[in-house]
Amino acid sequence: MLRFLASRLLQSLASLFLIITATFFMLRFVPGGPFTAEKAVPPEVLRNLEAHYGFNQPLHRQYFGYLGRLARGDLGPSFRYSNRTVNEILADTLPVSLELGGWALAVALGLGLPLGMVAALRRNSWIDHAASTFGLVGLAVPTFVLGPLFVLVFAIGAGWFNASGWASPADRVLPSLVLGLAYAAPVSRLTRGGLLEILQQDFIRTARAKGASEFRIVVRHALRGGLVPVVAYLGPAAAGVLTGSFVIETIFQIPGLGREFVTSAFNRDYTLVLGTVILYAAMLMAFNLAVDLAHAWMNPRLRPD
Amino acid sequence: MDSAGPHISATSGPDSRGRSPWQDAWRQLRRNRLALFGAAALALIAITCAAGPWLLPSSYNDQDLAMTFRPPSLRHWCGTDQLGHDLLVRMLYGGRLSLAVGLCATAVALFIGVTYGGIAGYLGGRVDAAMMRVVDILYALPFTVFVILLMVLFGRNFLLLFAAIGAVEWLTMARIVRAEVQSIKRLEYVEAARVLGFSRRRILFRHILPNVLGPIIVYATLTVPAVMLIEAFLSFLGLGVQPPMSSWGVLIRDGAAGMEEYPWLLIFPGAAFSLTLLSLNFLGDGLRDALDVRSSAD
Repeated sequence: MLRFLASRLLQSLASLFLIITATFFMLRFVPGGPFTAEKAVPPEVLRNLEAHYGFNQPLHRQYFGYLGRLARGDLGPSFRYSNRTVNEILADTLPVSLELGGWALAVALGLGLPLGMVAALRRNSWIDHAASTFGLVGLAVPTFVLGPLFVLVFAIGAGWFNASGWASPADRVLPSLVLGLAYAAPVSRLTRGGLLEILQQDFIRTARAKGASEFRIVVRHALRGGLVPVVAYLGPAAAGVLTGSFVIETIFQIPGLGREFVTSAFNRDYTLVLGTVILYAAMLMAFNLAVDLAHAWMNPRLRPD
Repeated sequence: MDSAGPHISATSGPDSRGRSPWQDAWRQLRRNRLALFGAAALALIAITCAAGPWLLPSSYNDQDLAMTFRPPSLRHWCGTDQLGHDLLVRMLYGGRLSLAVGLCATAVALFIGVTYGGIAGYLGGRVDAAMMRVVDILYALPFTVFVILLMVLFGRNFLLLFAAIGAVEWLTMARIVRAEVQSIKRLEYVEAARVLGFSRRRILFRHILPNVLGPIIVYATLTVPAVMLIEAFLSFLGLGVQPPMSSWGVLIRDGAAGMEEYPWLLIFPGAAFSLTLLSLNFLGDGLRDALDVRSSAD
C-alpha cells in the first residue's frame, strides 16, 4: 500500500512538473505580453518594467528562478494588479470557489445517492423511471443553459433570489443548485447501477438467508461495494465542479478562482495564469489520489499487491 | 458475454443461422424506441441544418431593422435578435457549425485514439507500458484549463479549436481500443495470420481493428456530444467560435445576455442544443446495448 502511494505521488509530481514547464514556455512563446496595451508604453518605461519583473534575463534563468521561488511557495507578483502578489489573489478567490464547489458536491450527493438507492431497490417503479428521466435531462441540459434558465425563472420571474452576486447566504443557492444538479444525475445513475450489481451477489443472498433486514442488507452489506463506481466518478466530478465553475462564476458574477483565471489569461498576466494552473493541477491530482485510496479501501480486489 | 466484440459473440440458436452479428445488432437497435427516436431526431436536425438555409427566404446576414427583438411570430418562427436577424436562420447556420465541430473533432480523436491504442495494445510489453503511462499522465492534466489557455493565447483560431478538443478526447478512445486489441490478439485467427507471415501492420489494421469496430462506433457516438459540449462551453465564455460565424454556444451566450426582456433568444437555441445532445446520448446508449459493449453498468 505504501509503495502504491509513493509511486502515485511520484507520478503526480512528474505530471505537475510537466504542466509547470509546458505552461511557462507556452506563455513566453506566444505573441504579445502583459505590457502590450492599446496605448504604447514609452520604451524606457517598458525597459524598467521588464527589468523590474526580470524579463530582461535569459529565459532559462527566469525559468529556474521561478522554480526556485515556487519551491518556497512564492508564486511571484501579479503583472496586472500592481502591488498584489499571486499568493494574495489566490488566497482571496480560492475560498469562494471551494465554498461553491462544496455546496455543489453536497447537492450532487444529497440528491443523487438517495435517488439512485431508491431506484435500485424499487426497480422499474415510477420512481426508478423518474430517476432515469432526471439523469437524461441532466445529461442534455448543460450548466450554461440551466444557469440562465434558473436565473430567468427563480430570480427574475419569481424574485426569490438575486440574479447575481455572492454577498448574502441566499446568493449561494442558485449557483450551487445549477452546478450540483449537473453532477447529481450521473451520481444517481452510477449508484443505481453499482447497487444492482452488488445486490445480485452471493454474499447478499447469504445475508438474506440469515434473516437480515432489508435496511441492514443495503446499508451494512451492499453500500460499500455498490458505491465503488460513484467514488471512481467523484475524482473527475470534483475536478469538474472546480472547472465547471468557470461558467457558473461568469453567469452569477462570483469573485472566484474560475473567473479570475479567464480574466488573467485574457490579460496575459503570466504569473497569475501560472499560479492558477498550478493550483488547479495540484487539486486535481490530490482528488485523484484520494479517490484511488478510497477505492482500494472499499474494494480489496482493487488493491495493488 | 465476453468482451471480444460482436463478430465473436454472435448468439447461436435455431433461427440465428445465416444472420451476421451486424444484422443481429440492427434488429436489437430497431426494438429500442429511445434509440430510434434519437436517430430520427438527429437525422431531422442534421438535414434541416444542412438544407434549411437554402429553403428559408432570408440569409443569416439579412437584417430587418424594423423588426428587432420581435417575439416568435408567423413570419419569424423563433423571433428576431437585436439586429433584426431571423433567429431560426441563425440557429440553422449555428447548428451546421456545432455539428461540424462535433463530427470533425470526434474524427480527430478517433484517428489518434484508435491508432495509438491499437499499436500499444498489439505491441504490448515495455512499449505498451510506456505509451499508456503517457496517457495516464495526460489524463491527470486539467484539460479545461489548458483548452481555455490555448484559445486565449493563440487567438481563437477555428482549426485550433478542432485540434484542442480532439487532443482532449482521444485518451479514453486509446484506452478502450488498447484493452480490446489486447484480448483479440490472443485469438487463434490472429495467430494463424501471424503464421502466414503477414506483416504486423497488416495484422493490426486488417485483422484486429475491424473487430473492435463495435466499441469504436459506440464510443464515437458518445464522444460527439462531449465534443459539442466543449465547443459550446468555450463559445459561451467567448473563446470558441467568433463572429460573424456563430454556433449554438454563441447563440446561447447572446440569449443569456438579453434573456430578461427577450427570453426566446435563450430558449430556442438552448432547446435545439439540448435536443441534439439528448438524441446523441439515446443513440449511443442504444448502440451500446445492440452491439453488446460492456452492458453491465446499467
